[in-house]
Amino acid sequence: MYVAVKGGEKAINNAHRLLADRRRGDRSVPAVSLEQIVEQLALGVDRIMSEASLYDRELAALAMKQARGDMIEAIFLLRAYRTTLPRFGYSEPIDTSEMRIERRISATYKDLPGGQLLGPTFDYTHRLLDPDLMTDGEVDEGIAAEAETGRTPRVSEILANEGLIESDGELPDDHRTGDLTREPMEFPMERDIRLQALARGDEGFLLALGYSTQRGYARTHPFTGEIRIGEVEVLLEVPELGFAVSLGEIQVTECQMVTQFKGSAKSPPQFTRGYGLVFGQSERKAMAMSLVDRALRAEELGEDIVAPAQDEEFVISHSDNVQATGFVEHLKLPHYVDFQAELDLVRRMRAEYEENQKKQEGNGGDTLEAAE
Amino acid sequence: MTIQQTDMATYNFAYLDEQTKRMIRRAILKAIAIPGYQVPFASREMPMPYGWGTGGVQVTASILGPDDVLKVIDQGADDTTNAVSIRAFFQRVANVAVTTHTKDATVIQTRHRIPEETLGKGQVLVYQVPIPEPLRYLEPRETETRKMHALEEYGLMHVKLYEDIARNGHIATTYAYPVKVEGRYVMDPSPTPKFDNPKMHMSEALQLFGAGREKRIYALPPHTEVVSLDFEDHPFEVQKFDQPCALCGAEGVYLDEVILDDKGGRMFVCSDTDHCEKRREEGHRGPLAAEAPEMQS
Amino acid sequence: MPATLTNAAQAITGGFANPVFEAQAVFRQLMNAMANPGVLHAIETNVAPPAPLTAVAGALAATLFDHDTVIWLGPVIAREEKARSWLAFHTSAPLADQALDAHFAILADPGHISSFENFAQGTQEYPDRSTTLIVQLPSLQGGPALELTGPGIKDRAVIRPAGLPDAFPALWKANGGKFPRGVDLVLAGPDAIIGLPRTTREEAIANVKEAN
Repeated sequence: MYVAVKGGEKAINNAHRLLADRRRGDRSVPAVSLEQIVEQLALGVDRIMSEASLYDRELAALAMKQARGDMIEAIFLLRAYRTTLPRFGYSEPIDTSEMRIERRISATYKDLPGGQLLGPTFDYTHRLLDPDLMTDGEVDEGIAAEAETGRTPRVSEILANEGLIESDGELPDDHRTGDLTREPMEFPMERDIRLQALARGDEGFLLALGYSTQRGYARTHPFTGEIRIGEVEVLLEVPELGFAVSLGEIQVTECQMVTQFKGSAKSPPQFTRGYGLVFGQSERKAMAMSLVDRALRAEELGEDIVAPAQDEEFVISHSDNVQATGFVEHLKLPHYVDFQAELDLVRRMRAEYEENQKKQEGNGGDTLEAAE
Repeated sequence: MTIQQTDMATYNFAYLDEQTKRMIRRAILKAIAIPGYQVPFASREMPMPYGWGTGGVQVTASILGPDDVLKVIDQGADDTTNAVSIRAFFQRVANVAVTTHTKDATVIQTRHRIPEETLGKGQVLVYQVPIPEPLRYLEPRETETRKMHALEEYGLMHVKLYEDIARNGHIATTYAYPVKVEGRYVMDPSPTPKFDNPKMHMSEALQLFGAGREKRIYALPPHTEVVSLDFEDHPFEVQKFDQPCALCGAEGVYLDEVILDDKGGRMFVCSDTDHCEKRREEGHRGPLAAEAPEMQS
Repeated sequence: MPATLTNAAQAITGGFANPVFEAQAVFRQLMNAMANPGVLHAIETNVAPPAPLTAVAGALAATLFDHDTVIWLGPVIAREEKARSWLAFHTSAPLADQALDAHFAILADPGHISSFENFAQGTQEYPDRSTTLIVQLPSLQGGPALELTGPGIKDRAVIRPAGLPDAFPALWKANGGKFPRGVDLVLAGPDAIIGLPRTTREEAIANVKEAN
């Protein structure tokens, strides 16, 4: 017989226990350590840091372990932690032209000052599963090219010297950089807030949108001006000291896309730009971000908005995977009260339909029995 | 950087930091001053997912004090898993007294139902809202809907309701049924069944609405006019159930359908579990109560 | 307020002893005041700002202001360096160049208010972006009777705040005419507040007999 559903609390506790058990898995298998994740699953760690907007490899590794490898769950964990941290201030903008470069390539020039430095990349590997990685065999030390110290000029600067490329994103002098995590979103968006949203945005979503711009859904004629990956210094201005203090270095990936030139009767044509910047080594994301950044500048650059990647409200509203998964997965929550309301209406409408059918049949003179 | 072993005691009271509370409190005050208008606020990441009540939780966390008595319900029940989870959260981070009794609660956080028991002066009802914008499914752009509210241009909504009637003979909206507040703003009451709409009108309680993912807060002060949209020849009607609660016999309350077997056996019981328990304690019995074993509290 | 404290000491003392719980208690009263205009809501506080800021205004400031809220101070308060320092220390709220930019204003000399138009009114699309005015009054009783109706008020309520300008009914009516835009007021008496959200309609009652 019917017993009122109780014991929700007990069910939840048991579910948590089961989750912890499954997370650990077979106890005879060694537990994965945070160091192993940081060292050997580094690109996953980088993605978590970027989309959580928190640079801390160990915490990102902890999030990945706690999330059992589910990237969006890990990003959520790290973001929630970030919200609780005290804020001391805002750093100076990082200067990627002073980067200690590990990888730097350009598709627009065959060779250029600073050279093409391949760095540790999957690009030219043959995608053949490697049985050697099944065991912990010895791995040779890498041979790094001489690390570039001092300035490696950017491709965009080379073009700018000839006046061939638009300037590097201009906002009025008194513009205060916004903070997407501390202000409600508002459309239309300034480019700084938009780039923040893209930096935090889901890699898959931005990849698909960037891809769409290459297939005719809007078109930006992109050329990879430069991708550079390496370490940059983070500086914090300390008011009491009157000068900026170095907090250390972080690794970032920067992508400058050189895109469709634009000119008018009044000004000669120049190339335009798309920009991508993420924590760690994540070229796919930085490149996709730069393609979408450029597509979203359509209105600014007087282009017709014809494709989803150019639709600022659509792109930015749906780029946050933590919000997206929250809402999609909330459909698992009980909705039986609203469903009951729908059931009631549908049943009533069906009853009315049957009623009408009977009436019509009655009018037709037939003596069919009403179906039960 | 290493993460300290933290226990919940080291989080601020009610989890949110004071700056976040101030920001939300300021938004609440403006929301009260402009009934039915959606105030944008900088929603924070919470330890539960967006879409699972973060807006309601942020509002509750911002108003809660150590002397409050908190009730949390989902689908009208205190024991649904998400209500249990949210109640446990506040017990941990605020050490606040909790209750399942509507009349004893000072703050009630709810998803999808308004309690059957009439709320009184001094009580606060905090609604969890997934989509705060009543026009959202008619116009996906915030830039457009904000203009509509600014200009009090609600033609889209009236057309939709009219088309429903033309096509189905009925208005097809059965929950999240739009209302007009003090004759000005059209508001989404959250996905409560339209059955509950009349309870919002001229309530003695303060009603606060929090949408975390969409980053909006809105409010209905007590004694505020809340009217469900309709047409003269198709007046607003609430759902009627053709049987009383099977357990306590209550009529005129919202009922849940419970499937008993795979042969179509079903029963209807109060969605508001506190209301049902109370009635049974008072001795009321519904048609199937005699066969049901004693309920455990 | 101790007269022997140095200026610097006056700036840093007299705030919330227990900010988390005191701010919550004050906010709850303020929320109730805005939700139930026309009813006095007591504010018990040990907050002690320098004159001409009152304890109640100080408590409201400490509850609501921070470095995201731009503040406009009425001239009587603005020219007191100690009062400005107190607010700066306890709230970090930046001061507005003009009333139009202010999220909040504190007015100590309300008899001289000639207009609410100088303050932020909000926009039609964002009517919430208007100034909330904290109006220090010598008393919330004993002034001319004002009859209030509107959201939050069952039928009607009568308040008798002392110290508002004679033109107040006209000013408030003009404010109400702008709905949804317009300012919101908190009348701050010596130990209580009255909330006046923009939705409250007010009629001056010329000849109402005082209640016993």
